[in-house]
Amino acid sequence: MSAGLVFLIVVLIAFAGFVVGRRRALATAGGDPRKLHSLPGYYGQTVFIFAAAPALLLLVVWMLAQPFYVENRTSGLIDTADIAAGSSRDLVMADVRRISGGIDTLVAIGGQSEADIATMDAQEVDVRKLLAGVGVALGSDVNRSVFEAAKSYRGTTDTMNLIRTVLVIIASLAGAAYAYTRINPEYRARNVSEYAIKLLLIACSSIAILTTVGIVLSLVFETYHFFQLYPAKDFFFSMTWNPQFRGGSDLGILPLLWGTLYVSFIALLFAVPIGLMAAIYTAEYASPLVRSFVKPAIEVLAGIPTIVYGLFALVTVGPLLRDYFAQPLGLGNSSSSVMTAGVVMGIMLIPFVSSLSDDVINAVPQAMRDGSSGLGATHSETVRKVILPAALPGIVGAILLAASRAIGETMIVVLGAGAAAKISANPFEAMTTITVKIVSQLTGDTEFASPETLVAFALGLSLFVVTLGLNIIALVIVRKYREQYE
Amino acid sequence: MEDMYHMDRAMTGTQDIKISARDVNVYYGEKHAIKNVSVEIADKTVTAFIGPSGCGKSTFLRCINRMNDTIDIARVTGNILIDGEDITDPRVDPVQLRAKVGMVFQKPNPFPKSIYDNVAYGPKIHGMSRNKTDLDEIVERALRRGAIWEEVKDRLHEPGTGLSGGQQQRLCIARAVATEPEVLLMDEPCSALDPIATAQVEELIDELRQNYSVVIVTHSMQQAARVSQKTAFFHLGDMVEYGETDKIFTNPEDPRTESYISGRIG
Repeated sequence: MSAGLVFLIVVLIAFAGFVVGRRRALATAGGDPRKLHSLPGYYGQTVFIFAAAPALLLLVVWMLAQPFYVENRTSGLIDTADIAAGSSRDLVMADVRRISGGIDTLVAIGGQSEADIATMDAQEVDVRKLLAGVGVALGSDVNRSVFEAAKSYRGTTDTMNLIRTVLVIIASLAGAAYAYTRINPEYRARNVSEYAIKLLLIACSSIAILTTVGIVLSLVFETYHFFQLYPAKDFFFSMTWNPQFRGGSDLGILPLLWGTLYVSFIALLFAVPIGLMAAIYTAEYASPLVRSFVKPAIEVLAGIPTIVYGLFALVTVGPLLRDYFAQPLGLGNSSSSVMTAGVVMGIMLIPFVSSLSDDVINAVPQAMRDGSSGLGATHSETVRKVILPAALPGIVGAILLAASRAIGETMIVVLGAGAAAKISANPFEAMTTITVKIVSQLTGDTEFASPETLVAFALGLSLFVVTLGLNIIALVIVRKYREQYE
Repeated sequence: MEDMYHMDRAMTGTQDIKISARDVNVYYGEKHAIKNVSVEIADKTVTAFIGPSGCGKSTFLRCINRMNDTIDIARVTGNILIDGEDITDPRVDPVQLRAKVGMVFQKPNPFPKSIYDNVAYGPKIHGMSRNKTDLDEIVERALRRGAIWEEVKDRLHEPGTGLSGGQQQRLCIARAVATEPEVLLMDEPCSALDPIATAQVEELIDELRQNYSVVIVTHSMQQAARVSQKTAFFHLGDMVEYGETDKIFTNPEDPRTESYISGRIG
C-alpha cells in the first residue's frame, strides 16, 4: 500500500475520531455543553491530534529510514566481481533500484507472474531486453548477482511497506482509542489543543531553520571536497578565472568578486538616492491620495521578474549606453557592460529601498516633526536634520538588504554584464559575477568530481558568507533602531 | 500669604497687549472647532486656557503660531495680531513666525540628538550665531533659562532622549527659548510628567514670565490657578469667559464656568 494511501487512511481515522470524540464528550456531559471544561469541538480535536500526529510522525520517520535499511541489506548481495572497473557499488545500486522498478512494470503490464520472476535467472534470460520491452532502459547487461539483489531489494521493500502500513494504522487507531477513553467532562481538552498548536508552530519554524542549516552544510561539504582538489590559496588570491574542463584551470575568485561588487556598487549608487528621495516624497510630501497611487506604482517594480529586467538591459539599456556614452567617450563598444547591469539592477532595487525607507520614515513620531516646525524649521530642513537622522539606522538596514539582493542577483547580470571574468575599472567593459559563473559551471552534463564543477560550491559559500554578513549587519542596525522610541 | 502672592502677580500682570485675536474661527473639514473667539493677551504674563477635552483650547493655541497650517483640512478665518502685525496675512512666512512664537508640546519631544544639538537646532537654522563660541553662549543661556543647565552642563553631548521626563520637558523649553521668541506657547506641558517634575516646570514657567508672554493650555485647574495671571475658559469651541485668574476661580460670571470650576461639567 502506498504512503499516500496510508496518509489518507490516517486522516480518515482522525476525522472519524473527531466526530466520535465530540459526540462522546457531549454524551458524558448529558448533552449539556456547559458542563464540559472545554467546548465539545476541543474534545474532538484531541482525538484527531492523537490519531493523526504520532501515526504521521511514524510514517515520515519510517519513510526516511527504510531506504537506508533496504540498501544496506541488498548491497551486500552484489558480487564484487560484477562491479565494473571505473564504476562503484553506489552506481550499481542505482541499477538495482531501476531493475526493481522494472520488475514491478513487468508484473503489471509485461505478462509475467510473480512466480515467473522468482524463478527467473539472469544467466538464462536476457533481462535487459525483457525490461527494454516494457520501456525500462538499462545502461548495461544485467548480471546474475545484480538481478538477485534487485529481486531481494524488491521483496524487502514490499515487506517493509506492508509492515509500515500496518504499524502506522495501528498507531493511529491506538492514539484515537487512547484519547477517546480519556474524554470526560473534567478533561482539559482546550489546553491539550493549545499545546498541540504550539508544537505545530515550533515545528514549522524549525523547518525553516533546519533548511538553512542543511543548505549551509551541503555547501560546506562540497567546498571541503573542492579544497582537497584545488589549493585554497589559489582560489582566494589568484587574479585569473579560466576554467578548462580538460584540467589545469585557474579558478581565482577575485575577478568574479570584483565584478560582483562593482555591479552591486553601481546598482546601489543608482538605487539608493532615487529610492530614498522617492520614499521621502511618499512619506513626507505626498497627499494621502497621491501616496495611495504612487506607493503601489513603485512597488510594482518589485514584482517584475528579474529575467524581464535582463531583457530590458539586453535590448534597450545596453545599446543605449553603448551608443550614447561608451563609444563617444571611447570607453569601449560592448553593449554588455558593468554599467548596463548596474543601472538596470539599480532600477530593480528602487522599490526595495523606497518601500522600506518609507516605512521607517513613517515610523518617526509626529512629535519630532511638530517639534521641528514649531522651532521655525521648513519642511525640508525638518526632513534633512531631524527625520533622516532619526530614521538613518532603518534606512541603512534597507540599503543593506538591497545590497544583499544586488550581490545575489543573476539574471540581470547574465544578460546585461556579459560573461568575461576580468578586473578592470572601466564601467563600460563586460565583466561577470559570482552567480553567473556558478550557473555556467553547473550547466550541462556534469558530475561533481572535478574542481571545475565543485568550485561552484566554494563560490556559492563565499557568496552566502558575504550576504549573510550583510544581513546580520542589517539586523543589528534595525534592532538598535527599534530601541530608540520604545 | 497665598492671597498676597496672587495679588502681587496680578499687579505685575497688567502690561501691554502682545497678542490680539479677533473673531477667530477654525474649521476641521466640516467641524466648526473654534467659534468667533476674540481675546487680548498681555505681554510678560502667563495666560492659561482651560476647559474640557475637545473644547478647542489647543486648536486656538496652534493658531497663534500657525501650526494649523500643517494640517491639510484645517481652515482658519479672522485676525490674530502680534505686536500689531497680522500673522494670518498670507504674506507672513509661517516659518519665520514660529521662530518668534516658540512652542512646547504635551509630550516631551527632544530630537534623537545630543542635548547641545537639541538646543542649538533653532539658532543654527535661523543663522543666529557668528561662530562656535557664539553658539556655545546661546546654548548655555537657553539651558540656564530652561533651569536645566546645572543638571546637564557636564553631559551636553549625550543624547537628549536619555534624560528623565521632567528634564526632557525643560530641555524642550530651553530649545524653544533658544530662538529668542517673544511668545511661548505651551500645550499641556506637564500632562506627561510626575508631580515633582511638574512642580519644577511650573516654577520655570513663572520665571519665564519675566521675559515672555506665556500662553499655557492645561487640563488641571489647580495648575492654571498656580501659574497664571489671566485665564480663559473654553467650552465647545466658544470662549466663555476671560479675565483675571483669581476672579475666574473665585467669582466666575458665566454659569458654565462655575459648573466647570466646581467640577459639575468637564
